[in-house]
Order: sequence, then C-alpha cells, then structure tokens
Amino acid sequence: MKTLGTIAVLVAALGLSACSKTGADRFGADGGAGAGAGYGAGANGAYGDPSSPAYFQQAVGDRVLFLVDQSSLTATAQETLYKQAQWLLTNSDYKAVIEGHADEQGTREYNIALGARRATAVRDFLISQGVPATRLETVSYGKERPIAVCSSEDCYSQNRRAVTVISGSAFSS
Amino acid sequence: MMKPFAHALALALALVAGTAAPVFAQGGPLRIDITQGVIEPMPIAVPQFVAETAGAQDMAAQLTRVIAADLVGTGLFREIPREAHISTISNFSAPVQYADWKAVNAQALVTGAVSTDASGRLIVKFRLHDVFSNGEMGEGLQFAGTTDGWRRMAHKVADQVYSRITGEGPYFDSRVVFVSEQGPKAQRQKRLAIMDYDGANVNYLTDSSSIVLAPRFSPTGDRVLYTSYESGFPRIYVMDVGSATRRPLADQPGTMSFAPRFGPDGNTVVYSVTEGGNTDLYSLNLASGQRGRLTSAPSIETAPSFSPDGSKIVFESDRSGSQQLYIMSASGGEPTRISFGDGRYGTPVWSPRGDMIAFTKQNKGRFHIGVMRVDGSEERLLTASFLDEGPTWSPNGRVIMFTRETQGENGAAALYSVDISGRNLKRVSIPAGGSDPAWSPLQR
Repeated sequence: MKTLGTIAVLVAALGLSACSKTGADRFGADGGAGAGAGYGAGANGAYGDPSSPAYFQQAVGDRVLFLVDQSSLTATAQETLYKQAQWLLTNSDYKAVIEGHADEQGTREYNIALGARRATAVRDFLISQGVPATRLETVSYGKERPIAVCSSEDCYSQNRRAVTVISGSAFSS
Repeated sequence: MMKPFAHALALALALVAGTAAPVFAQGGPLRIDITQGVIEPMPIAVPQFVAETAGAQDMAAQLTRVIAADLVGTGLFREIPREAHISTISNFSAPVQYADWKAVNAQALVTGAVSTDASGRLIVKFRLHDVFSNGEMGEGLQFAGTTDGWRRMAHKVADQVYSRITGEGPYFDSRVVFVSEQGPKAQRQKRLAIMDYDGANVNYLTDSSSIVLAPRFSPTGDRVLYTSYESGFPRIYVMDVGSATRRPLADQPGTMSFAPRFGPDGNTVVYSVTEGGNTDLYSLNLASGQRGRLTSAPSIETAPSFSPDGSKIVFESDRSGSQQLYIMSASGGEPTRISFGDGRYGTPVWSPRGDMIAFTKQNKGRFHIGVMRVDGSEERLLTASFLDEGPTWSPNGRVIMFTRETQGENGAAALYSVDISGRNLKRVSIPAGGSDPAWSPLQR
C-alpha cells in the first residue's frame, strides 16, 4: 500500500502538467500515470528497450479515450489497442491491469460501473487479438482518479480513459 | 487514528414537576406547520440555562448555545438576542414572568437548568413555554448522563422543543458518517469519518491509504457498510462503529462490489457486483452468508435502497439508454420505471417515512438534488449547482444532506443540507472537505 501512495502522488503531479499542455504529450510525460499497482517511476526500464514497460507506455501508447458516457472503442482507440496487443504477444512474460476511468460529470457509483465497461471493452479487444485472458485483469476507478483537473471538455476527454498498466513478469510462472 | 470512542450514552429521562398548568399543543397558537410553507421564523427566547451546582456555569453556557443553534439552524426559528431580554431566569422553579417575554415578542421560551450530582453525572432540565398562552407546552423533562455526552443532552432538549412545536419527529440527536476529503483534486486523500449531525465531534474511522466511498448506516446505527480499494479493487466492508473494526463481505474473485445498503432488518445487504463490464444487483444475508441475484440485465444496475418496510428496492439503471430510477420487489423481478423527466436520474434513496424518493438529477450540464413521490409524481428539484449528488435523509424525513463539489482545478467537495421544502440550504461546518454523507437513525 505504501507504493500505491507514492504512485498516486506521481499521478497528481503528472496530471497537473497534462492539463496545462496540449494532448501532444499524452503518451509522453504522463505515460506512467496509471493509478493502480504496477511499475513505479524508474522501474520501467529504458525507453530505448522495446521490451520494456516504459516503451509500452511511451511508444506503444498505454491508454485509450472514450466519448461521453460511452464504452465503445473509437477507430483511434482500436489502432492503439492493436499495437498494445502486438506488444503483449511479443512480450509474453508480462501481465496487465486495465484501469477504467470516468470524468467527473456523473454520479460516483454509476461512474465505477461505467469505468468497468471501458476497461472490459479494452480487455475484450486485446483478447480478440490473441492475448490470453489470464494475463489481463480489469479494475475501475470511476471518477476517483482524474489526471486532468479542469472542469471542461479539455480535461474530461483525458479522464474518460482506460489505461493498460503493465504489471511485470514476476507472476508469469 | 482508529481509536474507538464512546457512542452509547445512557440518557435517563424523567419528568420535571410543572410550575404552571400545561397548555395543549392542539389549537394553541404555538405551532409551526412545516407543510404550509413557513415565511417568518418563529421568535424564540433561549435564556442561558441556570447553573444549579458550583462549576456547572460553563456547561450551562455551552448547552444553551447548542440548543439555540439546533433550533435556529432549522430555519424555522429566530432567536431573540439575549440583550433584548427583560427578565432573566435565575431560578428554574420560580414562576415565569410571561409579560416580560411577551414584551420582547418571544412566542416560545425555553428555560432550563444544569447541575452535576454526587457521582459526577450531568443533569439537564428544561421547560418549553408558550408565552402568549401563559403556560407550559408539554411536560418539563430531565435528562441525566455522563458529562462527555453533554452535546447529546443539548440535542435531546432541542429535539423536544422542535417536535412539540412542529409536530415533526426529532432529528438533532443523530450522527452522520461521511468521507473526509483532503488534498488537491488529482491527489484526493479520503478517509471514513463520523460526526454529530451538525458537524461537531468528527472522528476518523479509517486512514487515507486507500480510496473509500459511500458509507451507509445500519438501521440501528451500530454498523457502517462502505466500499474500499484497500485490496486494490473496490470491495465492500462492514465496520462496527464503536470499535472501528471491519471485515470484508464475501465476494467472488475477479469481481468488483460496491454501492451497499442495509435492509431494515439490519441483516440483509443489497449491493452492486461488476463481473466483466456488467453491473447487477445482489443481496446478501449477513448471518447465513447466502447470496441472491436480483437483476440479470446487460445494463448498469446500481445504487439500491430499501423501502422502510423492506418489501421493495429503488435503484438506478441505464437499461433505457440513460440512468433512470426503477422500483422492484426486494426479491427481484420485473422493475417499474418511476422517473420520466428530462435528464438522467441516479442515487435514489427511500425516505424514512416511506412516501418519497430523494435522487440526484443531471440535466443540461447541471446537477440537482430532488424528491419525488414513490410513483414518480410530484417531482421537485431542491438544489442546482455544478455538481450536487448523493442525498441522505434526516431520521424524521424533513432534511436532506448531500455532497456539493465546486468546479475547476481547485474544486473541492463539501457537505450541504436542505429542507425538503427547498428552503434553508446551508453548508455543514466540518474541518476539511467532505462527501458521501449518510445520516444515522435517531440515537437512543
């Protein structure tokens, strides 16, 4: 639980910077913004190493975005997920936790259910591309973990997301 | 952090011999009928209670302040300032000079006395006077309890005054469990907390190491159900309020569970389970561990709440394409939709009187707290803001507390309350931010 706290702080700092900039760094500076357990800063390996979680976050793209109150995958999202699937198939030692999120424009409990729909949509797509279901878990944070904090569509669109957090090879055996 | 605290306070109640013939509430002038729409608050005098033993002076002053604050806080009473009083009450047993209170236009007068007995117990006596009838309204009463329970005794006195004058049930001697919030929006620290209904005596029940959501009281107020991420996934816990000890409810691996609420029997729990992307309602018998599935739809079913008799459940579902309110039998079966206005409806909560449903409504980018009849008729919106959500009923069904969150990067959550008439909207004073309030039943 201690690490979780540290990561949450990191998310906050990154989320603030993400809000003030354009979406260009979505897969860059805030690439490690998954709120759940997983790799902390510095543990992701080198960005230059294509088999590292850092590469997955920054080069492959660890997140997809959703329309208001929707959990269907856009064409852009499917492109990203296709690349995620290829990476996961190549790097078969890794598992992943898919975190579903919602923006603040909704009631708390409904948003948890909505985030679960989004995470499951991603999981189902990855499975359809051949990633074994046993390597994929889902969790929903509803509106509890925004990465962008303004109250307008600029931020809401970044918060309606599902993030694929690579959770390491330790449990592959 | 999680230190247990006394919540069971023995309050002994006794009648106080009257000094004047009691007048009867019915037909008398001292009456606020809340349903008729109160325009002018009733003028009330609450002179400082008499300290009858040495050292009771401070306690008398504090008690009197809390009693007056309870009454004025309803929006139904206006306190006549002490400076305006002509008479002072220096002997609780002496006859009241009603002419002096008429002269300052006090319609109601509360007199009282505070003392401590040989064993250190606090004794509070009070009388309610109907000034223009020259007599007492109801019997004088005496409460006895431990000194650290003094605020509860003040609330009990105020509850008596409120109930006698309005004819409504009491609610001041109650507590609220909620989520205390600190830190900026993207780094919110949440802890379960409990307090008196007026924001006093905040105690923390968990630390802030994991997200906690939406606590709800058992029908007797001894336990709280809530959702925590301490396992890494949303999961329901039941906590004993007195000891702050908790245990998770049994769940299936690979699922998330949340949105729990007790049934009126204190043993049945209804809640949401998410399996894959689908969320449905289940019930659990706490004693036997037996679980039952209440809905089986591909849509989201969540936020269930029992009718007071336990026979029905109101909940929200997006089966129609957007969040709407439905009622079904407590054993499941075909639900009936009750919300048909514009926008989306969520977080329905059945009133303790059984006649109304409070809800959150989202329409045209605004959020509202509203109430409707159980059949969906007579919808009334009580609030409007950037984000209001999660109503909870006072024990007498007259007041609703809810979460209001302000917008923007410095946005913060606070607790508010509003009368079901839509009047008397106000912020509940607590040390930090707060969300997801749940009102306890009246304390015994």
